Amino acid sequence: MADIKWPPAADRHLIGKRISRIDGPLKSSGRAKYAYDQNPPNMLYAKLVTSPYAHAKVTAIDTSAAESMPGVHGVYIFTPVGKEVNWEGQEVVAIAAETEELAEDAASRVKVEYEELPYLVADTDPQHAGEGRFRSLSEEKTGDPDQAFQQADATHEGMYSIPVITHCCMESHGSVAQWENGKLNVWLSTQNVSGVSGEYATPLNIPPANVNVQCQVMGGGFGSKFAADSWGVAAAVLSQKTSRPVKLMLERDTELLAAGCRPSMHAKVRVGAKRDGTLLAWDSESWGTGGMQGAGVPRLPYVIEIPNRRTHHTTVFTNIGPARAWRAPNHPQMCFLTMPALDDLAAKLNMDPLDFFIQNIALTGERADVYKEELLKAAEMMGWKQKWHPRGDKTPGPIKRGVGLSIHTWGGAGHASNCRCTIHPDGSVQVALGSQDLGTGTRTVIGIVAAETLGLPLEGVQVEIGDNKYPPDGASGGSTTVGGVSSSTRVASTNALNELFAKVAPSLGTTPDKLEAVGGQIRVIGDPSKSMPWKQACAKLGATPIVAMGERNSTLISSGVGGAQMAEVSVDIETGVVRMEKMVAVQDCGLVIDLKTAESQVYGACIMGTCYALHEEKIMDQQTGTCLNANMEFYKLSGLDDIGEIAVHMMTDPAIENRGVIGLGEPPVVSPGAAISNAVANAIGVRVPELPMTPNRVLEALGKGGKV
Amino acid sequence: MRAFEYGNPSSVKQAISLLGSNWSEAAVFAGGTDLLSLMKDSIVTPGRLVNIKEIRELHGIREEKTGMVIGAATPLEDLYDHFSPRKILPALLTAIEGVSSYQMRSMGTAGGDLLQRPRCWYFRNGFGLLARNSKGQPLVPNGDNRYHAIFGNQGPAYFVSPSSLAPALVAFDASVRIEGPKGMREIKVAELFRIPRDAEEREHTIAPKEILTEIVIPASAHNTRSATYEVRERKFMDWPLATASVALRMEGRQVRQASVVLGQVAPTPWRAEAAEKALAGKTLDEATATSAGEAAVEGAHPLSKNGYKVQLVRVAVKRALLAAIA
Repeated sequence: MADIKWPPAADRHLIGKRISRIDGPLKSSGRAKYAYDQNPPNMLYAKLVTSPYAHAKVTAIDTSAAESMPGVHGVYIFTPVGKEVNWEGQEVVAIAAETEELAEDAASRVKVEYEELPYLVADTDPQHAGEGRFRSLSEEKTGDPDQAFQQADATHEGMYSIPVITHCCMESHGSVAQWENGKLNVWLSTQNVSGVSGEYATPLNIPPANVNVQCQVMGGGFGSKFAADSWGVAAAVLSQKTSRPVKLMLERDTELLAAGCRPSMHAKVRVGAKRDGTLLAWDSESWGTGGMQGAGVPRLPYVIEIPNRRTHHTTVFTNIGPARAWRAPNHPQMCFLTMPALDDLAAKLNMDPLDFFIQNIALTGERADVYKEELLKAAEMMGWKQKWHPRGDKTPGPIKRGVGLSIHTWGGAGHASNCRCTIHPDGSVQVALGSQDLGTGTRTVIGIVAAETLGLPLEGVQVEIGDNKYPPDGASGGSTTVGGVSSSTRVASTNALNELFAKVAPSLGTTPDKLEAVGGQIRVIGDPSKSMPWKQACAKLGATPIVAMGERNSTLISSGVGGAQMAEVSVDIETGVVRMEKMVAVQDCGLVIDLKTAESQVYGACIMGTCYALHEEKIMDQQTGTCLNANMEFYKLSGLDDIGEIAVHMMTDPAIENRGVIGLGEPPVVSPGAAISNAVANAIGVRVPELPMTPNRVLEALGKGGKV
Repeated sequence: MRAFEYGNPSSVKQAISLLGSNWSEAAVFAGGTDLLSLMKDSIVTPGRLVNIKEIRELHGIREEKTGMVIGAATPLEDLYDHFSPRKILPALLTAIEGVSSYQMRSMGTAGGDLLQRPRCWYFRNGFGLLARNSKGQPLVPNGDNRYHAIFGNQGPAYFVSPSSLAPALVAFDASVRIEGPKGMREIKVAELFRIPRDAEEREHTIAPKEILTEIVIPASAHNTRSATYEVRERKFMDWPLATASVALRMEGRQVRQASVVLGQVAPTPWRAEAAEKALAGKTLDEATATSAGEAAVEGAHPLSKNGYKVQLVRVAVKRALLAAIA
């Protein structure tokens, strides 16, 4: 077999085109079945009793009143007497009952007693966190920062903060579990179809092979849905206990309280450069909280490796909520601590930040040329040179406009993946993988690769994913899915096709290596007159289908991407209200399989980024330890009217395509916070040092937020 | 949600007979956009809901000699459809448009807008209308009060009145008709609201056994230049951070009499009397509008995190005034 490759650009009929997702009609017509939509006969509903305290020890649980209610069938204890809860909303008890209303009513009659314990829900610096509440995680020095600062013509010192937010998945966490004949079927909203069965095995005392996990469609995970979770296990155990299916989906408040947080990050930054903008030195004292388990160490400065640098990071332990991977873990934070500081220094040097970044582009490393090209492309799409002005829009009136930019990176190598490609004698084709489509277009991408490989239209391939009965596939995290599934599908489809070639070669009077599959035909390379329609070729299989496997193939994929984003905002300096006018996103991710779903990923990321730049924060009450905005009313996301115009450009020149397929889900969500913050600074002339840039913070930065 | 009885009367009289002498016995159920979420969160737990949507005389808009009469169960969308093409009473029209959720506008009613409960997050999270901890200490002054009151907040109440329509209705000197066991009474919209003095009092003066039946906008409202300006963080479904509704009797460019009413900044719709005085007899232009905005914040008492709302009031008043004469 020849080396496996992607088809050259001229031979691609599907790959790289703008193709609508194949499950779009199902979703837009409401026929797609999410975990929430599963209603097996005889199903019970489970509801949670959760902690009202940020930190407490459970001292007594009395479920008798709930259990005596007719129609209540099961009780599950998450946090037994003597154990502690570490955030408000943490699960303590679940109750399963005939109806959702009854379950909720019964849950409200469970009496849990707590011993309240000291808590910290302030996203504070280590000095104010208290004893035992912080840990220094890393202190690093490269070059000679002290000397470099002395050589600098200009230095800037600033404080930058990005708060704790949540994933706020539109489809909350949860599952429907069905215990049947010693086996468990579970419809789980998950990023990890192939990987979670083991979590059920021990509590149910069954082998993982007896757990069937299904997730055909899901409404977002963003890093918070890799596990079965305690409430997933509870649903399964309750189903086993009651011999009835059990539905347990989190309510919106619990989703926001207990299903995951993005850690905060704050930094005092000092940065120095020469008069021409050349960056010399960086010094940062940073901290942040990821709940009680701490959070990752940032690599600062981000992307731009200033040669002389000192960094120190401390993690603060709080009861704000449990940290979980949030789309591009650490990167939005690192980006927000870096790019605004550099932008502020550029302003001090009276430099256009575009010129300033290009002046320093070599510090981005081996992909500097790509970054430069991306910045210039973004500038062209934004009309940067016409729109940029020195700090502070001087035009009259309260509405000030400004532009800002940022760059980012991500890995995105493909995860382990196995694909099974079946060619049936009737000409139908199935590709099956134990992968999942988070809403990103994975199902469509798999179909495109298989159809392209087999020379068929997209409709000629049936894609089977979202079930762990299919060949195991990696979890969808770290933007690793597309590399995994596209390469294993390419290999499996190629292997299957080669078997088909072997069957039909004699009929075409040639050898298998002289055949190609194009436009629904099997034909002799270089002699299109010698061909056979696909169906006719498959009929030669007799009664036995071809079943071929494929694994991830590292020659088809790569890792390491970059992107540049620019934001244009208008700010009402009398009210502090920021409006998104335009966002430009230029992104590379190697060979793009489906341009449309790739662009959609970037659109979605820009919207998600606008949400956290302007509105999102988990607001805690210091006096009670509780979250004040665990609802969609005050946990604010942008609406359609709030996101402005978004222009996306995917880099697809041959040098980039030749790198192979690389993941895309995460990188475009990294820059918006920094780019939008820089745009606001450009508009109003001062930095709003903290996200989200709500009117109170904008007015405070403008000196208009104080008392009468 | 607790189990409850459901009454479906066809007359106001029948409805009143189904109400109780205290709030826990029964609640009037109109659009339900607020009541149902309060019940789901166990913030209120009425034993009975009395649906008034089936009562015909509570629907619709009609003209009487004294003015325009709006049935309390009329959906906001019907009001919008009435006001929008006629381009009348712009202060009210803008306030209706500010209810930017079509679901809310379609289900929510005129009376319900006035009688909806405050959005204070301490109240909605179960700490009571006066937001106190288990020791009875108020949580708002030292808590996160970014959305709380800057007027009328010397205690015990710190929440803000959420009504979208009330500031405009107060500016128009509108009234409400309230039916109870002893018959009908008519009071000014401003008198429908109060700052509760203790945990027993609600923020409305209506009694548990009464029903708000009609809103009356006096004919004189049509002789005003009016406008509402709302400052909002998002265009999409969001509460204004501050609102100003103004109704001006003009003689040429001169203000004869001004009504300036603020929303979202006090436990009641808040009349900015100093601004009204500052405007009387003045020629309205950018400068007088700005000084009226400045006068409107006289007596403001911002809390630890809501000083910015003082600035928002200045701007909302100025912009509403300029919009009224634009």
